[in-house]
Amino acid sequence: MATMEATVEAPTPATIEHPHHTKLVIMAWSGDLDKIWPTFILGTTGAAMGMDTTIFFTFWGLFPLVRNDVHITGENWMQKMMSMMNRGGTEHLGLSKMNFAGMGPAMMKKLAEEHKVASPSELLEVARDLGVHLVPCQMTMDLLGLTKDDLIDGLEEPAGATTALLEAQDAITLFI
Amino acid sequence: MSSTIAKLLDMRGFSCPLPIARTAQAIRELSVGDLIEVHATDPGSVPDFDAWCTTTGHELVERTEADGVYRFVIRKAR
Repeated sequence: MATMEATVEAPTPATIEHPHHTKLVIMAWSGDLDKIWPTFILGTTGAAMGMDTTIFFTFWGLFPLVRNDVHITGENWMQKMMSMMNRGGTEHLGLSKMNFAGMGPAMMKKLAEEHKVASPSELLEVARDLGVHLVPCQMTMDLLGLTKDDLIDGLEEPAGATTALLEAQDAITLFI
Repeated sequence: MSSTIAKLLDMRGFSCPLPIARTAQAIRELSVGDLIEVHATDPGSVPDFDAWCTTTGHELVERTEADGVYRFVIRKAR
């Protein structure tokens, strides 16, 4: 028996009738799993909507861009120690709440898998494919001793606050 | 203008933002005027596809629901 198909009415979105912004800039300051995740969700969605999307990765937010196979970064003992306590890469991120030495993220990832929510690693791939500009902060790289070789491929040239704010001038800007 | 489906995308079970993101990726391969059909189960995809078509200019030709599966037919506009 054929299934009856019904037309579905969507709620009228009031705010998107006249889109003013065609650019999206996200300042990714946090390296927490529960912050970088929405950063990548919004970044990929912005690009999917045709917005010229840029994500600036600064301070702890830069660590998710470290290659997953890189263990220790930094030139001196302080930078090395920081990287040991805060290993980079999308596969090694902790939660801002209820981290429980990695048990929290493991449970979160399990739930995400069950609900088919794309992982940060998968979203990062989608972001790169859709042309999201991923810009590492030069100052953070210097401060924490991260080199271009430590970071994943497909990134823009490292830049500073002026570049970030210039991009942000005519864009929707989020600080996550 | 074509009335046959050029691409069928099965996003059943997937949560936000993949139904939209994968559609945006897939539509690049099509020609202007081509139709793409997307199946999704995420109820959020109903307002999301509406919003996405409004901002991108692609035309939402058809939207139906049967047994919890939403079917979107979209015509590539540019």
